[in-house]
Amino acid sequence: MATIAEHDTSMTTRRGAFRRPTATTGWVSWLTTVDHKKIGILYFVTAFFFFLVGGIEALLIRVQLMRPEMEFLTADQYNQIFTMHGLTMIFFAVMPLGAAFFNYLLPLQVGARDVAFPRLNALSYWVFLAAGIYIYSGIFLGGLPDGGWFNYAPLNIIGPNPGDLLDAGSPVAEHVGRMVLYSVGLQIAGIASLASSLNFIVTILNMRAPGMTLMRMPIFTWMMFITSFLILFAMPVIGIALWQLLFDVRFGTNFFNPAGGGDPILWQHMFWIFGHPEVYILILPAFGIVSEILPVFSRKPLFGYTAMVFSGIAIAFLGWGVWAHHMFAAGLGPVANSAFGLSTMFIAVPTGVKIFNWLGTLWGGRIRLTTPLLFATGLVGMFTIGGLSGVTHAVVPHDYQQTDTYYIVAHFHYVLFGGAIFGLFAGTYFWFPKVTGRLLNESLGKIHFVLMFIGFNLTFGPMHILGLWGMPRRIYTYADGMGWNFWNMVETVGAFIIALGILVFMVNLFTSARRGAVAGNDPWDARTLEWLTTSPPPPHNYDMVPTVTSRDELWHRKYVGEGESPPVRVPAGASTDHDPADAAAPHQTLPAHGPGHEGHESIHMPSPSYYPLVAAVGMPIMGWGVMLGGAMQVALLVLGGLITFAGLFGWVLEPSAEETH
Amino acid sequence: MRGRRPRATGTVGQGRPPGIHSLVRVAFLAVASLLTGCAGEDLPQDTLAPAGPVAQAQDELWNIVFWVALAVFVIVETLLIAVLVRFRARPGDDSIPKQTHGNTRLEVIWTIIPALILAVIAVPTVQLIFELSQPPEDALEVRVIGKQYWWEFEYLGDEGKGVITANELVVPVGRPVRLTLESTGQATSDPLGVIHSFWVPKLAGKQDVVPGHQRHLSFTAEEEGTTYSGQCAEFCGLSHANMRLAVLAVSEADFEEYLDSHSTASEPPSSGDEARGAQLFEERQCVGCHAVSGFEGAEARIGPNLTFFAEREKFAGYMLDNDINDSADNVRAWLKNPPQVKPGSQMPNLGLSDQDINDLIIYLRTLQ
Repeated sequence: MATIAEHDTSMTTRRGAFRRPTATTGWVSWLTTVDHKKIGILYFVTAFFFFLVGGIEALLIRVQLMRPEMEFLTADQYNQIFTMHGLTMIFFAVMPLGAAFFNYLLPLQVGARDVAFPRLNALSYWVFLAAGIYIYSGIFLGGLPDGGWFNYAPLNIIGPNPGDLLDAGSPVAEHVGRMVLYSVGLQIAGIASLASSLNFIVTILNMRAPGMTLMRMPIFTWMMFITSFLILFAMPVIGIALWQLLFDVRFGTNFFNPAGGGDPILWQHMFWIFGHPEVYILILPAFGIVSEILPVFSRKPLFGYTAMVFSGIAIAFLGWGVWAHHMFAAGLGPVANSAFGLSTMFIAVPTGVKIFNWLGTLWGGRIRLTTPLLFATGLVGMFTIGGLSGVTHAVVPHDYQQTDTYYIVAHFHYVLFGGAIFGLFAGTYFWFPKVTGRLLNESLGKIHFVLMFIGFNLTFGPMHILGLWGMPRRIYTYADGMGWNFWNMVETVGAFIIALGILVFMVNLFTSARRGAVAGNDPWDARTLEWLTTSPPPPHNYDMVPTVTSRDELWHRKYVGEGESPPVRVPAGASTDHDPADAAAPHQTLPAHGPGHEGHESIHMPSPSYYPLVAAVGMPIMGWGVMLGGAMQVALLVLGGLITFAGLFGWVLEPSAEETH
Repeated sequence: MRGRRPRATGTVGQGRPPGIHSLVRVAFLAVASLLTGCAGEDLPQDTLAPAGPVAQAQDELWNIVFWVALAVFVIVETLLIAVLVRFRARPGDDSIPKQTHGNTRLEVIWTIIPALILAVIAVPTVQLIFELSQPPEDALEVRVIGKQYWWEFEYLGDEGKGVITANELVVPVGRPVRLTLESTGQATSDPLGVIHSFWVPKLAGKQDVVPGHQRHLSFTAEEEGTTYSGQCAEFCGLSHANMRLAVLAVSEADFEEYLDSHSTASEPPSSGDEARGAQLFEERQCVGCHAVSGFEGAEARIGPNLTFFAEREKFAGYMLDNDINDSADNVRAWLKNPPQVKPGSQMPNLGLSDQDINDLIIYLRTLQ
């Protein structure tokens, strides 16, 4: 720790190994940023990249299943690809896409200048990226995880190829390596999620603008709040299970191995106690997005705000009591199956409340059929199907037929694609102008929606039928003559239509970012605080932290009148208490202040830092150490450990701003 | 248990009382055949066409929840589309609608009504869960062992006469069968198995097979002469997709005869090409894994019991058609390199010469 020794003990002149960076543009500014908006953009770009990777994996799966007895992929390749499709979409696409929206919007929505712990926020991003790189490094290191995202014991210990156990050669080591990637990779990703969940919780609890009571928070912030608690409680459960798995496969312990007195059912309990809340971690942010978008484009407040908040809380709470419905066929006995069947039925009630309240929001509105609204109503329509097929799983005796078939695959894609992905696209079209200052092209957006809607239903609709016709999940091939050929072909065609839709979206993204129509502060006539500031917002978000007097604060600054007669727009400058132009315009004399500037009345913003990146770099290095043996293992563990430790050490001792010269 | 009504297993309307259920099936098939142009396509693993009391009871629950879900689906989607059409903003209309924040009465209604509907569905659900967990009386007891990647069946008790077979389970028609499900490693004595799931959709929903535990599943096959198709439903490794099985329902008399003949040991052939094959069977270590009743030294339970191999419909985890009595192309390809035919197969490539394979095929033809 030579860097520490160099330190002058005086607080004012102390320096880290790295000068505290000051760049606000250029690539260094992206590596060192602690600005929640830049981190949000980093999250979005990275997660969207992983979404494309997971999508390509889905296409490979669909090509392999296009016809019976295809030989496009080997069984081994297929198993790695379907496993990575699940892991990628859940941990590296949908969850971080949610985090992208959280990061960008949370401080804006609650009227704060940043999150509570900006450097921790940067750490979350870099650790998430490190986890993604680590787990995909398996491509070069003997293969990717191949046991499914659920990775049941004891298959995760024994491996998929018992023939190899006979010669005890390298294939066994290869299997261990794949399981280490799974276990350590998800551990690293879990650190990122845990850190950001705490960050968001603290931000929401402590950094809301004056006047913003909890029940005046935007509904999306509420859903973030709930989701963060779910992450906070769910991640430690899978964390423990992953450690146990790591020790079982790497060091021969016997937590889950029945041959040594362990119990494979214990893994299932641990996995699904995490795994089911995880479903709500994936879907609640999308619910929040839709609950923001429907009111804006109906020009009405959210119908039953209180019910929406409490149904979200109820879903999150009940979500902890339904995990064994993933295990109805595992043989837990009639009492457990009945209890979890009932709890599964009743979680449908708060979910139904949300659907009906969304319909109530639209009812009586002046609905503008923009792309964000189309995707949002797409969620309402498609998630309803996923919710209803979910209720059919609760009918336990028939779930013995449904479970582990394509009926389940259909169900959770209607929830997570028709729900979460549609919601995230709705949010992308909705907030893109806030992030870039330009609108996404509406025509391309509608083409994107139509392609995705058709492709989605062609891909996943027939899976209901195939599942009920007896087609199991996770099979790399199927026999001819099962009656499954036609719908499998339809599904493959549908998957490529989705891919076409995504291509249209990407074209839209790239062209609109440069040449899209200029948005202005509030292009949608929206209701919440983030539309008060400029697009894109200044680094400090608000020149003056707004004072909040009502839910839908911005709407009430723009319109007066409630009750029977429709509200009327306040002429600019006529309001005595709130001036809609208040936030940005009159205060432009206040410079956005980075460190190193003169002017002590400026807004203090946290300085960028290298240390979150440094701390994150050490983690996958330690992870690769776990895969190896002997001296390399020790070397990598020590090296990675030192890097992470140095990063955290430098972080702690970092001055709050680089000294001025 | 439920009353046993004779039911057909095949296509629509054949010996099935018309009702809600066949309507669902007709609707599905109508759509399917409209689009494929092949009406009455055979669906050997169709859960909507149950052929035994257990699967039928499960299907009856489905028929309740399916119609409820369909009704809710139609209501919600119709409302959604109607609202979008009716309340869409006309071009140029920039007016602000009435700002309604909610309606407590409505919200209470759409909370309570779904809860009531679900409570109604819950009653038969819980009833059937407990009903199905009861072991049937006078059942044929069979031990099922899931291995990577095939099924071993062992008839239990005195009436089972010690018969052990693989992938094709012969059962008497109309009599309950109670399976005791276990999972082991390669040898039946090796506790190191993985989780599988036993599933014959037309007979009963699936039951996971968990190493270190015993699980049970009961069903009754009701159609004589029918082969019920099934396969492993829990991901179990490389050849999970190739771990298939069949249940064959035969008359009570035929079943007795089946057990009698299969429990009679016969000496290995002692002359001709068959004898050379039998000798190879021993020399090339086939006996290290496979048992053949009456073949001295062939008692292992690592691979499938081959005593009546030539009678089987399919082999290699019910994956390949058994053409041993015809061209034997499939058997030949298998003996040449099993893991290439079936990924992850525990049977290694034994490096058999074409001559060895021919001799072994001649011997295997005697196993009936």
